[in-house]
Amino acid sequence: MATQAAAVDAGHEQHTSTGLDNVKLAMWAFLGSECLFFGSLISTYLLYRDRVLTGQGPNPHDIYDIPYTSVSSFVLLMSSLTMVLALAAIQRGDHKGLRTWLLATALLGMVFVGGQIYEFTVFVEEGLKLSSSPAGSAFFLLTGFHGAHVTVGILMLLLLVGMSLAGRIPQTDARKVELVGLYWHFVDIVWIVVFTVVYLIPLN
Amino acid sequence: MTRPCTGSRWRLAALLPLLVMVISACASDTPQNALKPEGPFARDADRLWDLTFGIAVVVFFVVELALVYALVKFRHRPGRKAAQFHGNTRLEVALTAVPALILAGIAVPTVRTQFDLAADPQGALQVEVVGHRFWWEMSYPEQGFKTANEMHIPTGRPVRVTLVGAAADPVDATRPEVIHSFWVPRLAGAQDVVPGHENGLLLQADEPGVYLGQCKEFCGLSHANMRLRVIAHTPAGFQRWVREQSRPPEESSLAAEGARLFQEGQFPNGPACSACHAVDPSSPGIGPNLAHFASRSTFAGAMFDNNEANLRAWLAGPPDVKPGATMPDLGLTQEQIDALVAYLQSLE
Amino acid sequence: MATAALTRDGLFRRPRATTGWWSWVTTVDHKKIGIMYCATAFVFFILAGLQALAIRAQLAQPNGDILDADTYNQFFTMHGVSMIFLVVMPLGVGLMNYIVPLQIGARDVAFPRLNAFSYWVFLFGGLFLYSSFLLGGAPDGGWFGYAPLNRQLPGHGMTYYSIGLQILGAASLAGAVNFIVTILNMRAPGMTFMRMPIFTWMTLTTAFLLLFAMPVIAVALFQLMFDRVFGAVFFDSTAGGDPILWQHLFWVFGHPEVYIMILPAMGIVSDVLPAFARKPIFGYAAIVFAGIAIGFMGWGVWAHHMFAVGMGPVANSAFALSTMFIAVPTGIKIFNWLGTLWGGDIRFKTPLLFAVGFVSMFIIGGLSGVTHSIVPHDTQQTDTYYVVAHFHYVLFGGAIFGIFAGFYYWWPKVFGHLLSDRLGKVHFWLMFVGFNLAFGPMHIVGLEGMPRRIYTYPEGMGWDLWNLIETIGAYTIAVSVLVFIANVVVSARRRQDAGADPWDGRTLEWSTPSPPPEYNFAEIPLVRGRDDFWRRKYVERPDEVPARVFAGGAEGADGHGHHDHAIHMPSPSYFPVLAAAGIPLMGYGAIYDGLRGLVAVGALILVFGLFGWVLEPSAEE
Repeated sequence: MATQAAAVDAGHEQHTSTGLDNVKLAMWAFLGSECLFFGSLISTYLLYRDRVLTGQGPNPHDIYDIPYTSVSSFVLLMSSLTMVLALAAIQRGDHKGLRTWLLATALLGMVFVGGQIYEFTVFVEEGLKLSSSPAGSAFFLLTGFHGAHVTVGILMLLLLVGMSLAGRIPQTDARKVELVGLYWHFVDIVWIVVFTVVYLIPLN
Repeated sequence: MTRPCTGSRWRLAALLPLLVMVISACASDTPQNALKPEGPFARDADRLWDLTFGIAVVVFFVVELALVYALVKFRHRPGRKAAQFHGNTRLEVALTAVPALILAGIAVPTVRTQFDLAADPQGALQVEVVGHRFWWEMSYPEQGFKTANEMHIPTGRPVRVTLVGAAADPVDATRPEVIHSFWVPRLAGAQDVVPGHENGLLLQADEPGVYLGQCKEFCGLSHANMRLRVIAHTPAGFQRWVREQSRPPEESSLAAEGARLFQEGQFPNGPACSACHAVDPSSPGIGPNLAHFASRSTFAGAMFDNNEANLRAWLAGPPDVKPGATMPDLGLTQEQIDALVAYLQSLE
Repeated sequence: MATAALTRDGLFRRPRATTGWWSWVTTVDHKKIGIMYCATAFVFFILAGLQALAIRAQLAQPNGDILDADTYNQFFTMHGVSMIFLVVMPLGVGLMNYIVPLQIGARDVAFPRLNAFSYWVFLFGGLFLYSSFLLGGAPDGGWFGYAPLNRQLPGHGMTYYSIGLQILGAASLAGAVNFIVTILNMRAPGMTFMRMPIFTWMTLTTAFLLLFAMPVIAVALFQLMFDRVFGAVFFDSTAGGDPILWQHLFWVFGHPEVYIMILPAMGIVSDVLPAFARKPIFGYAAIVFAGIAIGFMGWGVWAHHMFAVGMGPVANSAFALSTMFIAVPTGIKIFNWLGTLWGGDIRFKTPLLFAVGFVSMFIIGGLSGVTHSIVPHDTQQTDTYYVVAHFHYVLFGGAIFGIFAGFYYWWPKVFGHLLSDRLGKVHFWLMFVGFNLAFGPMHIVGLEGMPRRIYTYPEGMGWDLWNLIETIGAYTIAVSVLVFIANVVVSARRRQDAGADPWDGRTLEWSTPSPPPEYNFAEIPLVRGRDDFWRRKYVERPDEVPARVFAGGAEGADGHGHHDHAIHMPSPSYFPVLAAAGIPLMGYGAIYDGLRGLVAVGALILVFGLFGWVLEPSAEE
């Protein structure tokens, strides 16, 4: 028993009761919570998707540009692939590869967010605004919060790049990359659901 | 602890005066008492209550007495040793099954009564109610007139109250109306009036009389003052009331000046009364319809008794006597108030 | 503790102080954080209690004119919001913080800095909400702030509500993640799930409820905030928005929230009763699974808050049935508590009195809860004082009594000295009588037709006498709270030394000195069974009479327990409080047009705090 005296605090690859890493478990729990968050946003959208009174501007379904959004969705999906490559790089000790793939992931994320900002400005010009109709409110809140999640992910990726440059991500500590990866893949999966529910399912 | 049994004695001692007070309170006058139904629909709910409350009282005494018994019987005494058992599966299963069965016994009549109350009885009188801040608009679509805050009904006939949730405030079309809840406890349980939705309830009174109610969903500053009454007449009396409501009001010569002010007066802080209030029973208006105003017992969301003193106080500054009232202080002179009161009191 | 050298350099040095007020600001010790949670929540308890006293003064007589309608609406709203989010929840969290790591044999929670962050966010969120009183008016739409009233009440009150609750929700969410990981991962060797103390079990259940409930209310609050600040139309019925959406989102959160408040108290009672009956808990497995069942079923009953909305008889029936059957696991718990007392050797100390008070009052709250499930009559009761009575019997007679049981039970562990038992009993009886006087008559007056949330009522309704009695009861409760405060002061002066194990306890927190050292346990305990600490002290003989084991008992008592030099504890940190400080600034920036720059300033502080957090020397944590 005395040998355990040193194992004090959480966090660092020490023995845990379940054998799961503390931080990873925390991330999984947080993502579980996020499911309910996006679930509520999506439910609101499903309730409001056809609520546009006359004089409230266009229905979002009439102005969606499916090919355009498909391309940006593809970009985001590709970023999941580069994220996997980044993790693989650090696991084999390739620090330069890690930074390359992290930057690639961040870049793809930025392309997606940039595309979303452009899409929003086009929609606003066509009369679909946060304040124009319940459908507009629901659309911008759902996709906007998704975009905010991607943005937070980009910040974390850039932080990882910085830490790697400072030599703070040794090969033995690939877990940091894995964690951000978990978050990143989750945000991508949410987008698949959002893209399907918001853009692809037609109004009846 | 020297005398642990004091606890139980105290509790019993506290219960007795409470019981006495309960009994005495039931004897007193409680015009909004949900446990004294005066019509068949309120009685349906009350029967369910009696059943459930009876069961609850029995469970309460059994469990609380068992608790008190355990506390007294197993209190610490010198030499006492606690029995070290961890559970008793058979007992635990039984104590799970019994409450489940009791609840199933309550569930069946609950569901049945609910579907009964949702039915649409034949020959019901139709009344439409809209909730506003802070008064009730009531229309009789078959009879073709409107009134406010006081709903007249015939006894012995079901009344289908349709609760129309106005999307917008009548004063300002960009301002949403808020949720209100229509409640006359002795005649029926409450239902909400939700903006953009239509809801409804059934009520019926056995005997002629005045049944009080009020808004039950918090709706802002004067939620407390948003009251209403249902006035039940004999069928013949109801027909008489309908006839009176349907004829246009008589213009009294004594109140001619008041009538003029009402229709076309210009006041420091607002337009003529007629900008918001109609005196023709079939006309719409954004404020309460004032046809036959003098025949009402109350006004301003059934908050004030309809008498001269209250009317004067109201006209001198509605928001002063009713927080959040929509009607502004028009800045009336004493003479204008005299004339308007005379006019309003002439609207028999 | 901080003697160990830093093994890796970081951008900043970590603070070192372990005493003085600065050590409290930078602490990451779960025990200090637990104390801060409870102390802060107790201050809010006093504030919300004063609002309740003002409300009761206003309603003591018909046509009361002590408060005007506007002030009354602010007071009842803030009373409810405070008691739920700033009192009952954080008091539970405070006790969890202090006790759970001790109960599972851990040296701290899984994420000590995140824990500090939760506390500071909670504190700043509470101050943010209360600052609205000084800045033009507090929230005034009721604690469940129904749409569309919530989007159009004038002033900034309901904007403070939407942002303030959001901030508090973030604190709860961080806490929930932390406790889930702590309980799943930080248990001492041998502490299997079915050996965990019930309080730990209920904490785990509560944390999962928080984890899944908070994001739902977060969405509703964001929608409200976007409606009020940025012109969205989620709840604007004139633009086609649906007020019922708010109700569904709110109650999907709101009903689990009720269990979030009551389950920790149930856990406390389940630990206190065996300790003072000197018996193992009756039906451990049943009580655990009943708690989990309540946690699950709590998600299927939300619409019983909406029986008058007009959902139709089918939906109403479904929710009526689920509401009835959640009473079954609740009943199991009550029977098991009775079974725990049965055959015991009951010591009437103050913690036991409060625990028994909990059980007896919770029975009433539970039974009145069942009467809400008979829908046709619920439409009579709903939104009347009957409901006010019901939830006070659950949340005051239940949660607050349970929390006071926890206070008296764990006080000697936390501060090393006992609270006076005599004053404690005066406190209990005053509170018990005052509570029943204040809330008992509300059942009657509600059934006699008095709606809740009315700032005044006319005479002649038959409510006058009851309201006067309720007011007398409320002020009796206030006196009882003063007695408690006096008890704290008097007992601190007298310092009746408690020793490690004043109650002859059963769980691990009693095996370490009082107050526990920063590292909790000199040696991580090895757990061999349920009620492990009891088993170290007693063997169960075949005749079921426990026999004292020679030299068994708490460490410290027998000269062990001074191994500090070998134990690394996480260093204090500036960053949790710094990062948390940015959040209310963002809130003010969102509310006031002229202060939008504050959003950026707050965000920068938050991001800087988080970066510093990630980059500070990590060897210690």
